Amino acid sequence: MNGVRNAAIARLRRSGINEMEPTMAVSLRESVQLVSDPRNLDASVEEVFHLMLGVNCRRDSSPAVQEPESVTAVVGFGGLLSGACVFKSGSSAAMKIAAFMTGMEFSEVDDTVKDGIGEICNMLAGAWKGKVPNLAANCGLSVPAVITGRDYNLHVQAPEFQLHHSYRCDDLSFAVTIVCDGLQ
Amino acid sequence: MAEIRVLIVDDSTVMRKIVERSLRQAGLDPLVVHEAGSGSEGLDVLRDKKVDLILSDINMPSMDGLEFLRQLRAQDLATGVPVVMITTESSEEHVKQAILSGAQGYIRKPFTAEQVKERVLPLVHAA
Repeated sequence: MNGVRNAAIARLRRSGINEMEPTMAVSLRESVQLVSDPRNLDASVEEVFHLMLGVNCRRDSSPAVQEPESVTAVVGFGGLLSGACVFKSGSSAAMKIAAFMTGMEFSEVDDTVKDGIGEICNMLAGAWKGKVPNLAANCGLSVPAVITGRDYNLHVQAPEFQLHHSYRCDDLSFAVTIVCDGLQ
Repeated sequence: MAEIRVLIVDDSTVMRKIVERSLRQAGLDPLVVHEAGSGSEGLDVLRDKKVDLILSDINMPSMDGLEFLRQLRAQDLATGVPVVMITTESSEEHVKQAILSGAQGYIRKPFTAEQVKERVLPLVHAA
């Protein structure tokens, strides 16, 4: 995950926003409860799926449906908060999401499907950090990385906090994870 | 109505299609769309084609949207053409950076076709 985080920090610097300067005056440590509020993640997922796909999602207490093959997109956070937003779904759910986005039909997880899932993760990361003003201004995003395959898990050692929620919309099922492994 | 020539700069082909669809839904028709997958590709397109409107992502590999804007001005390309940034970055600081770099408008992802219409149509009509 260091690669995506470093990319996010580099991007923040290139945009002219130096992540070191605001740390002098701004700290997220005091607002950790706000940053880790699980409702922010739910609201972000609902917003992105409603506006971009026209579907209503709700949080599901049961885990996302497991499929033999899955698609995972990762967008790194860098700056006052370091970590990542991770979107994971089965391959058939990923194809349906890409179909909603593009109006096309997919029979395999091709580059367009990966691209669409990467963009969903990018918008989720942006919407989530946008819920906390200090986070929005002092945290950069990496470009999405997309992983496909079988039998893999995400593991982060001793994160500051982690939110892991499953969602369902119609017959779609997926999970979104926010991992924070550093907070200034 | 005369055709409107648009350059859409985004590293995501899916987002480029969504932006194009939103522009059509916003009533921009007939529409001629040129696409670029990065800021540097966008500059290449503008050396060959005239456009009436540019929509660009910010968060892109190789050359991001802000650098694309700076290069656009530095190389005197697309002078007077309105540029609207479409991005996941939503802070006041990012909006300020985009405006200082020469953007006339800013749309946050995720967006609706109605938001695209509100932000883009006045710029197109003014140009």
